[in-house]
Amino acid sequence: MRKGWLQKTGFVMGVFLAAAFSLAPFLLFISLAFKTQAQVTAIPPQLWPDFSLDFFRSAIARYGIMGYLVNSTIVAGSTTVATITLGTLAGYALARLPRRLAQLALMGILACAMFPQIAIAGPIWRFLQLMGWLNTYQGLVLPYVALTLPLSVWILALFFREMPEELEDAALVDGCTRLGALVRVILPLSAPGLFTAAILSFIYAWNEFFLALLIVTDPVKQTMPVGIALFQGEHTVPWGEIAAASFITTAPLVVMVLLFQRRIVTGLSAGAIKG
Amino acid sequence: MTRRDRNLYLVMLAPAALVLLLLIAVPIGQSMILSFHRIIISLPQLKTPFVGLENYQELLRDPVARHSFWITAIFVGTTTFFELVIGLVLALLIHRRFPGRGALRACVLIPWAIPTVVSAQMWRFLFNDAYGMINYAVFGAETSHYIPWLALPPGALSAIIVADIWKTSSFAALLILAGLQVIPEDLYQAARVDGAGTWKCFWHITWPLIRPALLVALLFRTIDAFRVFDLAFVMTHGGPADATNVLQLYGYKKMFVEGWMGYGSAISVCIFVIVLILAIIYVLMVGRRLLEASL
Repeated sequence: MRKGWLQKTGFVMGVFLAAAFSLAPFLLFISLAFKTQAQVTAIPPQLWPDFSLDFFRSAIARYGIMGYLVNSTIVAGSTTVATITLGTLAGYALARLPRRLAQLALMGILACAMFPQIAIAGPIWRFLQLMGWLNTYQGLVLPYVALTLPLSVWILALFFREMPEELEDAALVDGCTRLGALVRVILPLSAPGLFTAAILSFIYAWNEFFLALLIVTDPVKQTMPVGIALFQGEHTVPWGEIAAASFITTAPLVVMVLLFQRRIVTGLSAGAIKG
Repeated sequence: MTRRDRNLYLVMLAPAALVLLLLIAVPIGQSMILSFHRIIISLPQLKTPFVGLENYQELLRDPVARHSFWITAIFVGTTTFFELVIGLVLALLIHRRFPGRGALRACVLIPWAIPTVVSAQMWRFLFNDAYGMINYAVFGAETSHYIPWLALPPGALSAIIVADIWKTSSFAALLILAGLQVIPEDLYQAARVDGAGTWKCFWHITWPLIRPALLVALLFRTIDAFRVFDLAFVMTHGGPADATNVLQLYGYKKMFVEGWMGYGSAISVCIFVIVLILAIIYVLMVGRRLLEASL
């Protein structure tokens, strides 16, 4: 009896420690966005902010955060749409091709997910320069599609595999083409898988920094992560504005995690590949 | 399957294959070719002469590159170790069925979901020398004792290691969780009937059965840690005195800041080869089993 009680307490403490480990540093930082300048540098630190919106005003008016936000939305949105379209076609084909062939192809795709980004950075930069696509949206979306495809194809191929082939056979008998069967019968049933792949692709493109840094040097076309990384004050580090921009960038991600926690967990653990 | 179906599937596969080929496979090959040339972005009139192995010879003599390699190795070793330990604990916690499990899983996912750049700014603030919370937590209000963590070589390296552990332990946890989920529940029930306690159950059932998942997590984390860039770029810019000048950052600086595309490519090829060796080990050890289990 005593032992059970001890174990339960230990577990509850573990849960609280895990939550604190994950959230405390983040909340301490994000709270800066709602503080006043005096509160940011106060010693001892003031944990509870004044809920001032000054830093948001300044981040928007003086640092033009909204422009970065628009760029991020366009880039991450287009990447997601393109990746899911290509990923659906490829994933479906892999799910229906003979097992051996599909395994071989998935191995190749897996290999594409593992190389370091810097190994493609130089040639991609030269290619985009040649095309005149440095500092453009397509210049970012193109490499992002390539980087998000492996995980999406993987997730979707596994998902389509689970669908019985009889479903399409029935549609084929009714006079559908193969593609028609995919669009009318399989896709509506695959919403959860499509959704998982879409969330993970969106998060990847929304957060990516390395390629964004070197492909887009014009502040007008830069995405949020680059804006946040290159934030410069006149004399001191503008912590409040950085925190405000961080809040705006992470808010949609936090909402996604809260709503779709289950999808993300299954998507990442089933694929076992980093997105 | 009819021949027509088969052809259709190959056509459906083509766009994705083309994208991966043109934007990943071809660029990797091109990086190798570039690494045999002298290319200076700011001086296009010099053209791009073939110089054979010159870039690689220089790389072997380059003390900054050697230092950068060891820094990266220390970073990879330490972060991977702590991420696996913390990831295992987190995975055991979020695997257990209890009323707040969904909420805890969401909490644990937050460090993984936010941009690395945001977590880098966050830790840069927390490690701040004048008003960072870490100094306050260690020294209280005694500001005279405050340590400028990011300005000291060991402090800066430790800071990016801490930041990475915080950011990616949850990803390790998810990979380990996938291993926990396939352990059949009856094993534990049978063990309990035989009188085994929690500890015995862990050592005799959980531990041996999650070792493949731990191996997957180990290799994924090692491969991924070799690509560290964002944290060092934002928190320290590679400094102080190159203490956090990790390989990918060094390659970036050579290629895009100083404009030595050929030399930078040689660095990137070296990183690629290191990662490739790790990836081959990975595929040989677990890739096949993973594929057969999932497809």
